[in-house]
Amino acid sequence: MLLEVEHLSIRFGGLLAVDDLSFAAEAGQITAIIGPNGAGKTTVFNCLTGFYRPSVGRLALERDGVTHYLERMDGYRIARDAGLARTFQNIRLFAGMTVLENLVVAQHAPLMRASAFSLAGLLGLPGYRRAETHAIEKSCAWLDRIGLLARADDAAGNLPYGAQRRLEIARAMCTDPALLCLDEPAAGLNARETGELMALLRAIRDETGIGILLIEHDMRLVMGVSDRVVVLNYGQKIADGPPDAVRHDAAVIKAYLGEEDAA
Amino acid sequence: MGTRVAAALKDAALAGFVALVLAFPLVGFATNDEGGPSLAIHTRFTWVLLGGAGVFAARLVLTVLRALLPHLVKVGRSNSPARLAGPRRHGARLFGALLVAFAIALPFLPFSSRYLVDLGTTVLIYIMLGWGLNVVVGLAGLLDLGYVAFYAVGAYSFALIARWYGLGFWEALPLSGLLSASFGVLLGFPVLRLRGDYLAIVTLGFGEIVRIVLLNWTDVTGGPNGIAGVPRPTFFGLVLLPRAPNGGATFSQFFGLSFSPDQRIDFLYFVILALALVTNAFSLRLRRLPIGRAWEALREDEIACRALGIDPTRVKLSAFAIGAMLGGFAGAFFATRQGFISPESFTFQESATILAIVVLGGMGSQMGVVLAAILLVTFPEFGRAFAEFRMLLFGAAMVAIMVWRPRGLLAQRAPSVRLRAAAVAVEAT
Amino acid sequence: MAYFLQQLINGLTLGAVYGLIAIGYTMVYGIIGMINFAHGEIYMIGAFISFLAFLVLGALGLASVPLALFAVLLIAMAFTAVYGWAVERLAYRPLRGSFRLAPLISAIGMSIFLQNYVQLLQGARVKSLPPVVTGGFRIMEQGGFVVQMSWLQLMIIVLTVALMAGFSVVISATPLGRAQRACEQDMRMAQLSGIDVDRVVALTFVMGAALAAVAGLMVMLYYGVIDFFIGFLAGVKAFTAAVLGGIGSLPGAILGGLLIGLIEAFWSGYFASGYKDVSVFGVLILVLIFRPTGLLGRPEVEKV
Repeated sequence: MLLEVEHLSIRFGGLLAVDDLSFAAEAGQITAIIGPNGAGKTTVFNCLTGFYRPSVGRLALERDGVTHYLERMDGYRIARDAGLARTFQNIRLFAGMTVLENLVVAQHAPLMRASAFSLAGLLGLPGYRRAETHAIEKSCAWLDRIGLLARADDAAGNLPYGAQRRLEIARAMCTDPALLCLDEPAAGLNARETGELMALLRAIRDETGIGILLIEHDMRLVMGVSDRVVVLNYGQKIADGPPDAVRHDAAVIKAYLGEEDAA
Repeated sequence: MGTRVAAALKDAALAGFVALVLAFPLVGFATNDEGGPSLAIHTRFTWVLLGGAGVFAARLVLTVLRALLPHLVKVGRSNSPARLAGPRRHGARLFGALLVAFAIALPFLPFSSRYLVDLGTTVLIYIMLGWGLNVVVGLAGLLDLGYVAFYAVGAYSFALIARWYGLGFWEALPLSGLLSASFGVLLGFPVLRLRGDYLAIVTLGFGEIVRIVLLNWTDVTGGPNGIAGVPRPTFFGLVLLPRAPNGGATFSQFFGLSFSPDQRIDFLYFVILALALVTNAFSLRLRRLPIGRAWEALREDEIACRALGIDPTRVKLSAFAIGAMLGGFAGAFFATRQGFISPESFTFQESATILAIVVLGGMGSQMGVVLAAILLVTFPEFGRAFAEFRMLLFGAAMVAIMVWRPRGLLAQRAPSVRLRAAAVAVEAT
Repeated sequence: MAYFLQQLINGLTLGAVYGLIAIGYTMVYGIIGMINFAHGEIYMIGAFISFLAFLVLGALGLASVPLALFAVLLIAMAFTAVYGWAVERLAYRPLRGSFRLAPLISAIGMSIFLQNYVQLLQGARVKSLPPVVTGGFRIMEQGGFVVQMSWLQLMIIVLTVALMAGFSVVISATPLGRAQRACEQDMRMAQLSGIDVDRVVALTFVMGAALAAVAGLMVMLYYGVIDFFIGFLAGVKAFTAAVLGGIGSLPGAILGGLLIGLIEAFWSGYFASGYKDVSVFGVLILVLIFRPTGLLGRPEVEKV
């Protein structure tokens, strides 16, 4: 079990945004969290990534044999030590920096180690230079994979929307995560781009063996790519299982009340 | 066309009228202070009318310009990412090299004089201060309004170390830097979680607290009188005085030259020039290291940084520490150049001035800071009127720059790593 | 005890002044989320205009003190309000929507500009005015120390209370006040509801400036001296007051002003007065670090 969420609850003042949620995400699988707007999906993400502190619950992420309890960790430690990488609903790229720089920044932790608090870097020692070259190569490999190698030196903010989405995913992957969390990655993408995204996600899952957790509204993507679907409504889990089972679940259909995408 | 002209005139008339109203009380009336304080007033209504007319004309010109050259005069709304500098950096690099060559040659040029070298020294101090603040504000995006505190710590720590432990400039310099850096961390800690506006105000508060402490802690800092007798730097142990205080050779004796006070002036100039060049190399290098990139990423989006595993605390503190250290070096040099220091030199005005340099030069741009510092320091030298109007114009310029070109006059952000260049490096290894 | 009471009176007077300036900070922050760094200079300009107005009226032969006070009050409020309007129009409005640091830097530039503007036009020397409102009354006597309150102190406190009460009424009961509160909550929605946001923001600045002018007038009468630099220190202290009370909250600004005034008065009454400004800065730093929402403010939750 890669990620185990147990009895997660979070309260904002009088509002119980997430109510006793438990589910699991496996490595080598794509798990989707769906539900109507306001169901608490992004709130769950924010709890996982350290932006909110849950009122109750345990979030256990296992990486390299070590279990990390995310509910007690600082945001940046969750990314760096526990290996949970995330993309955002409103893309958060470093718009003023280049495409390449965005990916190199993601490899901050290993580069910092190699530069020995910048001393090795300042002196231009070969150990650091090797690390930097490796980081650039890795970035280029990802850029090639998402088709942005030709635009490596362009400002990230100048890319078209679909490219920015892909870049954000590539950036998250450059942190060598154990679990990749994607917040509505298909938002704003057209059908073709969504298809490409689905292929990318499947490729990541199959080649790297990491787990992917995603929030989505686009049912074609969810049904087409997920190994497991968790359905939330008003902060509570109302279904949890393979896509086909969830699709025909009575409670889920009721919650969506005919909003189900017949894609 | 007719309606547009009418609208433009109406708009300009409104502006002119507002200017008249604004000018009426403060321009129109003044006390007769020439002989001494008095309560008699005289009027300056012609100035008021001139002011109104001037604003009317300026507004009209602005409207015309905006109609003719729309992209040039576009105002505000600059959330667009900074323009990135293209690969043709040769021009900029050549210019930089020429500037350095000029700087090195300055004392020896035929039109040079003691006054000019002195001026150059002041310019270089401000350049160093600007580069130091650039790390904090320009790269890391932390608006520090109390930068003068580190300048002061550098100056006072050097003066006190020299007095208490008898160390010379070169020995005390690294200690001053270290102390300033520590101070930077100390001041950085409380502001870590603060947002932009609050961070600015708190750092301003720190700057003022430092100044007030310097002013009142007379036992240690000498209070308003400051500290005198700060030792001058030596040239590998040779003093630049007519006679060596403890026996031993002086600079002029060693080199078989007749003593001239110009030698010390020139030497100080070269010291600060060397410090500045080292600072520049250091800053440029840091920018290409992970820490430099992390500073810029932090400025762009702190939340994204956290999501990538970057510890914002450590990054912010390192920005403060490095920025403070550079400010401290500048402060130590300032102390040794003047021979004495007092709290008067470390007011909020200084922080605002250094900020103006960084802002006008384009936050993050090394060359921009150089040009802005040259402009700021040499401006008052052109005449009395310029001296009086200097800060007024700089305040106005800060507003104008933010409204017109928020990224500064020269800001074209050069990426810290470039694929084409990197590809060459990859092949080479 | 008597000494304490005297410091209390002094503190309340000072606090009233800070409260008036603090309202300007808190209102602007509430509506556009930015610190109007130039507000301290607006206060200073109010003081100068009051000073000049007194001289002009005196030169014109106006002898009645109450009439002069009233006239100067109106004149100062009117002209300073225009300055407040101009500052918003030039330094803030074009930057609405720009990156975070831009309005702050612009405000700092405006502050530097205004300070030097006044310095150049009116001279760098301190301006002094002979006492206009004199006299007072004793409250009590204890052990040879007389606790007294001057008419001026009473006037300041009463006028401030009246202004703040009037102001609260405007905010809560008038259409402008409602529009203002709507803009504070959600500017885009307010705009879509048909509210002229530009006008509301401009009026906010204008009102803040008018109150700052009153503070300037009071300070000029109270201390008898002004110079172009008073805006900086008073500005920071008033901002501290606004933050202490809870930025964005009107009663908070008033409360904060009183507290800061009291802190300053008691500090200089009982400790070394050279460090009295440090006490205020210290309060500012402690509040911003440990309780940035202040005493009466609402906490902000950052949306990710």
